[in-house]
Amino acid sequence: MTWRSPLALVRDALRGQRAREKDLRNLASNLPYEGLEKAKQPNCYFPGNAIKTTKYTLLLFIPMNLFEQFHRLANIYFVGLAILNFVPVVSAFQPGVALIPICVILSLTALKDALEDFRRYQSDRKLNNTPCFIYSRKEQQFIKRHWKDVRVGDFVKVVCNEIVPADLLLLHTSDPNGVCHIETSNLDGETNLKQRKMMSGVCISDLTVQRMFLTFSCCREKPNKEKVGAGIESLLLRGCTVRNTDHAVGFVVYAGHETKAMLNNKGPRYKRSKLERKLNTDVIFCVILLFTMCLIGALGHFLWLQALPGVPPYLVPDGNGHLDSPSLSGFYMFFTMIILSAILIPISLYVSIELVRIGQIFFITNDIDLHDEGTDSRVQCKALNITEDLGQIEYIFSDKTGTLTENKMVFRRCSIMGTEYAHKENAIRLAVLDVPVSEEEVILNQQPRPPRIGWSLDTEDSNPEDKWHHHDNRRKSKVTGNAQSDAAFSSLLEAEVIPDRKLLQQISRAESSSSSRNIDPYLDFFLGLAICNTVVVSMATARRQRVSGFSRSDQTSSPLDTLSSLVKKSGSLQHIFPSWQHKPKKNRTISEDSVEEEDHVKPPVKIEGSGDTNKLRTCSLHTPSQSAMTPDNLSYEAESPDEAALVYAAKAYGFTLLARTPECVTVRLPSGEDLVFEVLDTLTFDYNRKRMSVLVRHPITKEYVLYTKGADHAIMELLGTPYTEYLSGKQKNIAANTQHHLDCYAKEGLRTLCFTKKVVSDKAYESWSVNRQRALAAIDNREELVMDTAVQLETDLSLLGATGIEDRLQESVPETIMALREAGIQVWVLTGDKTETAVNIGYACRLLEEEDLVINMSCGNKFACTSMLDCTLEEVRRYSEDPRNVDTTQNISLVIDGRTLTMALSSDLQKRFVDLAKRCRTVLCCRVTPLQKSRVVTVVREQLNVMTLAVGDGANDVSMIQAANVGIGISGQEGMQAVMASDFAISRFKHLKKLLLVHGHWCYTRLANMLIYFFYKNVAYVNLLFWHQFLCGFSGSAMIDYWLMIFFNLFFTSVPPIMFGIMDKDVSAEMLLGVPELYRTGQGAGEYTFTTFWISMLDAFYQSLVCFFIPYLAYRDSDIDVFTFGTPLNTISFFTILLHLSIEIKAWTVVHWVIMLGSVALYFIVTLAYSAICVTCNPPSNPYWILQRQMADPMFYLLCIITTVVALLPRYMFHVLRNSIAPSPLVKARHLDRLDPSTRDQCMKEWRSFRGIAHVRPFRLSTPPSPTLETPVDIHPHSSATSDIMWDERHH
Amino acid sequence: VTSPRGAFISLFVNFLVELTALATTCRFRAAIMMASSYNAKDEDGHITVSGPGGGTLRSKKPENTAFKQQRLPAWQPILTAGTVLPAFFIIGLLFIPIGIGLFVTSNNIKEFEVDYTGIDMSSPCFNCSQNFSWNSTRPCTCTIPFYLDQPYESNVYVYYGLSNFYQNHRRYVKSRDDSQLNGDVNSLMSPSKECEPYAFHENKPIAPCGAIANSMFNDTLELFYNDPNGTRIPIPLNTTGIAWWTDKHVKFGNPGGNPNLTAAFQGTTKPLNWRRPVYELDADPGNNGFINEDFIVWMRTAALPTFRKLYRIINKKSSMVPTLPRGNYTLEVVYNYPVRSFEGRKRVILSTISWMGGKNPFLGIAYITVGSVCFFLGVVLLIVHHKCGNRNNSADISN
Repeated sequence: MTWRSPLALVRDALRGQRAREKDLRNLASNLPYEGLEKAKQPNCYFPGNAIKTTKYTLLLFIPMNLFEQFHRLANIYFVGLAILNFVPVVSAFQPGVALIPICVILSLTALKDALEDFRRYQSDRKLNNTPCFIYSRKEQQFIKRHWKDVRVGDFVKVVCNEIVPADLLLLHTSDPNGVCHIETSNLDGETNLKQRKMMSGVCISDLTVQRMFLTFSCCREKPNKEKVGAGIESLLLRGCTVRNTDHAVGFVVYAGHETKAMLNNKGPRYKRSKLERKLNTDVIFCVILLFTMCLIGALGHFLWLQALPGVPPYLVPDGNGHLDSPSLSGFYMFFTMIILSAILIPISLYVSIELVRIGQIFFITNDIDLHDEGTDSRVQCKALNITEDLGQIEYIFSDKTGTLTENKMVFRRCSIMGTEYAHKENAIRLAVLDVPVSEEEVILNQQPRPPRIGWSLDTEDSNPEDKWHHHDNRRKSKVTGNAQSDAAFSSLLEAEVIPDRKLLQQISRAESSSSSRNIDPYLDFFLGLAICNTVVVSMATARRQRVSGFSRSDQTSSPLDTLSSLVKKSGSLQHIFPSWQHKPKKNRTISEDSVEEEDHVKPPVKIEGSGDTNKLRTCSLHTPSQSAMTPDNLSYEAESPDEAALVYAAKAYGFTLLARTPECVTVRLPSGEDLVFEVLDTLTFDYNRKRMSVLVRHPITKEYVLYTKGADHAIMELLGTPYTEYLSGKQKNIAANTQHHLDCYAKEGLRTLCFTKKVVSDKAYESWSVNRQRALAAIDNREELVMDTAVQLETDLSLLGATGIEDRLQESVPETIMALREAGIQVWVLTGDKTETAVNIGYACRLLEEEDLVINMSCGNKFACTSMLDCTLEEVRRYSEDPRNVDTTQNISLVIDGRTLTMALSSDLQKRFVDLAKRCRTVLCCRVTPLQKSRVVTVVREQLNVMTLAVGDGANDVSMIQAANVGIGISGQEGMQAVMASDFAISRFKHLKKLLLVHGHWCYTRLANMLIYFFYKNVAYVNLLFWHQFLCGFSGSAMIDYWLMIFFNLFFTSVPPIMFGIMDKDVSAEMLLGVPELYRTGQGAGEYTFTTFWISMLDAFYQSLVCFFIPYLAYRDSDIDVFTFGTPLNTISFFTILLHLSIEIKAWTVVHWVIMLGSVALYFIVTLAYSAICVTCNPPSNPYWILQRQMADPMFYLLCIITTVVALLPRYMFHVLRNSIAPSPLVKARHLDRLDPSTRDQCMKEWRSFRGIAHVRPFRLSTPPSPTLETPVDIHPHSSATSDIMWDERHH
Repeated sequence: VTSPRGAFISLFVNFLVELTALATTCRFRAAIMMASSYNAKDEDGHITVSGPGGGTLRSKKPENTAFKQQRLPAWQPILTAGTVLPAFFIIGLLFIPIGIGLFVTSNNIKEFEVDYTGIDMSSPCFNCSQNFSWNSTRPCTCTIPFYLDQPYESNVYVYYGLSNFYQNHRRYVKSRDDSQLNGDVNSLMSPSKECEPYAFHENKPIAPCGAIANSMFNDTLELFYNDPNGTRIPIPLNTTGIAWWTDKHVKFGNPGGNPNLTAAFQGTTKPLNWRRPVYELDADPGNNGFINEDFIVWMRTAALPTFRKLYRIINKKSSMVPTLPRGNYTLEVVYNYPVRSFEGRKRVILSTISWMGGKNPFLGIAYITVGSVCFFLGVVLLIVHHKCGNRNNSADISN
């Protein structure tokens, strides 16, 4: 190593800094420099790949940790007190002794920090030593090294199922298409495969030869959180796992702490709970109290000294024989009193709260009811300090898709060229799968469900065994479906679509007329379905090895079998159809009408039972039998479940997506022919455009075809002339018809998508393509430019058709919403879906009731919006104030769309909107953007000053989750972003019920009671010393040995309150779930209010007064000495404090008994041992043999008994009288808890029905209305953008 | 890296921030603790390096145990009038008899108290009380006659009482050296700092050091029975047995194994206010030096400003004769202890004792009162129970 001047070192350091900070990085390969010393290498300024997440080093641990710890005020406070104790004039205790508590706390914390850091160090080391392959020039091959050896500029090889060690630029893969599949579950939890392309422009054919001399420079933006930077398609991020690719070689661009994974890694988020905020004000009160007491002490001492006629022998002068003046002594006394009463500020409170929360979280995560069998996931508590907020929620903001619904998309119906295809068989299949779920879930209302489907009633009547058999089937299929649901979206339901007969005929007709096939819209529609997506195809056999024990063949046939066996049993399909057509008129739906309309147009197909069944079967078996490649074992992995559902739908009709690479898409047609489309571009989905397109080149016609799919409103305005050349006269109203169908779908709660096609001329493509390339290459405003080019191309689309996809409600959603509502929580739904879809889901999950008053707000401009708000508000006020409406159960619900919401949330209208929303039972916001979601939450939270909870599952809910007081993520189908951002992560919406009603209530009650108790405890104990001051000339002396005082707080009375905070159970879980109303006790101010705090303070004063003055009166004018007097006081207050707690404890389990009795035993054992051992160890207060003497004295016991009784009598009486005269609902619930289960259930039901939930009508089941049945026609007034208010009183 | 000053300022700002947000105190600690036990890996951005399928085999399903599911069998008392009624009556019924017993016991104790401070001109000790100094060369003696109207049957305890003497003052209580008193030779020669300013006098260590010892009560009391014949019979007063056994035998001890106390205390000096050195407190070697019981009693500092301390015991001679028969007595006081500097009073108390100590009717009265109150509350609760109790019967919860 050569010597280098310090100046050069500084210069190098600066240059390195600059090199790192530049926006663009110029990187050179390390290979030419291999073997050179580090300083000469071009990339030496970039950090290595070794990571270090530890906070401390071995040498600097103590100073750094102390520095860290002294950032906490409480520690400073206590160290300050301890130092104060070293000042002789004010010291209250032995100087060294006062250091003990703070030293204990500091060293315990340091020990824990050290352990933490050691664990981090270990995991760092493990990670840094993970093997990987780096290319070496000397060896001419990839040699095995460790992660920590990777440096920027290296070439790294990653093999299948290995984790990428640093951010790599993909240069080569084993895949012939230049694609590398990665799984990013380590980063964002998404388990679907993503494709990464090789760097374009760098073509390395002969890797080994060329790379040696490759001085490869690449420009990259500095990694930061917002900008992903150019070339994300070819970047392998650290932490991803390579899948389905044998190996990949990449060039390291970022290493170690500069990788995206490390930069993105923010520390845990901290929220402060409402209780804690209130607690802080009370701590302030304690400080004020402390200062008041100290002032009294100081003043008292001054006056006492003033009153002395001379210099009594008990006034001890200082070392020089000099006595301070009374005023100076009084001044000193103030500080002495602060030391003496220091524990009034409950330092141990904060530690205890954390411990209690740990315990509470332990119990929450261990709740078996919150464990989801399907995904085998528990509830996760990510926020560690807001558990009690769960018990105070007043508003819930919920996402719809994936939260209320399964987000498992099922293709339900489609409309092609203006013709509706209802897919009735499919509907039946889904209904079959549905029914039993609901029946099992009904708890409250045992009323038999009105039969919806003719045949199901028939089968149930005719042979019940069948039904059971069928139940079993369903259960089995459901379990298997769930078992693999974390691996892919392709669950059983999506994979299975029973094609519509008519549509099949239509397709075969179109196919047979081969001349017109390329322009046949039916074929185009399905091609669009199959092509226009980003679905990744993977073969079941070549699936990720991670997913073990998975075989698709087991599952594919089961529902079909079920159906066909059922069909066989019930004779023929004839059973099915007539029962539909004989439905009573009033229950008809639009779709039914449309079916009938259709039937008018075309002569109804004569259904011959057996023949048709066969046909149906052959149809469904059509594809597999023909293909040699068995598309059966294909599985699709999509980023959104809709896409997978559509691809499966296309597959059901014979349009099988066989392969997809960035360059081409292979689709097998029903005829068995494979078409390979060259993919020219993919215009990905974004929230502004709300659509996506794929530009392909048709292999036969060589036309450039753009397939676009998207939300109807995003598509409809882009339509050009619809397919004029095809049957021009008849199809003029395709768009109108499709729109009509779309509306129907939406009303049924289906998610709608429109499919369009556009043939792009060669010339137009050429010019567009130039623009596109330019946009893609741009560095500034890249995203905007790319989007602009997308918009340029997506014009003059011709409509092919539309699809309706059902997103089924999750189980128990209506019950959960009902329960939450009874618990006094307002539930809002914020969704990006259409108004009609949202409203329908709203009815399905009982967010809206049939007799509700639904206000639909939708207006075009601000003026209209203002007047509408005013008008509505006036109306609503009048309505609620109208005496006639007092006892009606009608509720007001508000439905508002995104555009109106923006206006309503503007600063001038905000107040009015919130005022209106406050009066509504439910608010449904439709078509809202993620930003609006968080805005709504923030506005409501701040304007109404309420506790809000947001629950969602997708990336679009993240902002809302973060804005709310409590954010809950549902680990569902859409990755983990929501979960990552959330405070609690659950797997099903129904878990919310127990999480809030039971755990929320418990956590809140426990913590609130513990806090109150803690304040009480400290005040009660410290006040003993305070009262003593009146009898010792305010001299700041203590009658209790200081060690015993420390022990008192540290050992004797610390565990019971913590146990109380973790384990107390005021009401059983069954009761809390059965009577959601009990949740209301925690809302608003809850149990921990200003009053309760001061009542407990007063009680503390009273009790300390009793504990001090009864012994005082008993020992007055006797020969009692200071510490003999203190011992019974200590014991009495110990018993009083413990018994006070036992009055508060609602349920005594074994743990309670052990801890309470253990505390008592500990007190006596420790104190006795201490009194027996300490002869001269703790001058001047050596408690030698004091307790022993006291315990031999009957007076001691007599005193203990009477003082404790007198001290606790008022509280005891208060509890008894309150519970007897005006019992709170909680007390009533506790009474019910003691009954036997059957009586209790009966009582619970009575209670619920009494409490104004009388209007609960026969329960409608959790399933959304079957589209062809029962859905009333007039669900909702058309939201035809009028600025009128629609008053729609639903009558049933 | 910022300058040290910058670091200091940021530290200071941090304190201020924390002042406003006390609650953040321990969060970080616990958060880390939690993170380690729940998801340390997520937090640190670490990537789980585990083999394919690793960890997925074990189900995350929580154990279905009563403890984890919070279903432990529990006793759930509900405090209502009905359930606590018996408790109140039982307390009432127990406390009243105890109280009566205590009250009677206390009343049976005979106690006589005479104040000899000498504030009044008429008081025999008035002259003596005018003497301010601790070390007046000529002791002042005063004689106080009194009359006992009841014979004292059992052992009689003679106390001296002081009022307004704050033995519990913080600085005063500390002003002693327990090791010295325990007989530690090192402490004898170099008393602890706590004894300041009564640790050294003229460069000699004070034994016993400290303000407590220095201010030891030094009046001498003698009791005479005035026989109806006119003769003054001195009553024998026991000087031993007045201190705690443990104090005398464990806590206090004379230095060294030297039987000659004068030699043991060689090199020390007497406390300023004392007339005699510590080794001349009593002629009896078993009651001399630090283990002198008068001294030990004084060193056990009183809890309250008005206190009594045991001075002597008059033992009962035989079962036939009362210890102190009814009649005239004379108390002879050697008046040394000045109390005017704190407006104190000095008393002599003659008292018999019972199992519950000296005469104090308070506890008896308290028990009777509390017992009655509980009984009364019991009656109130009975009424409450009859009026509201039925409502609480779970059958009709909704009212």
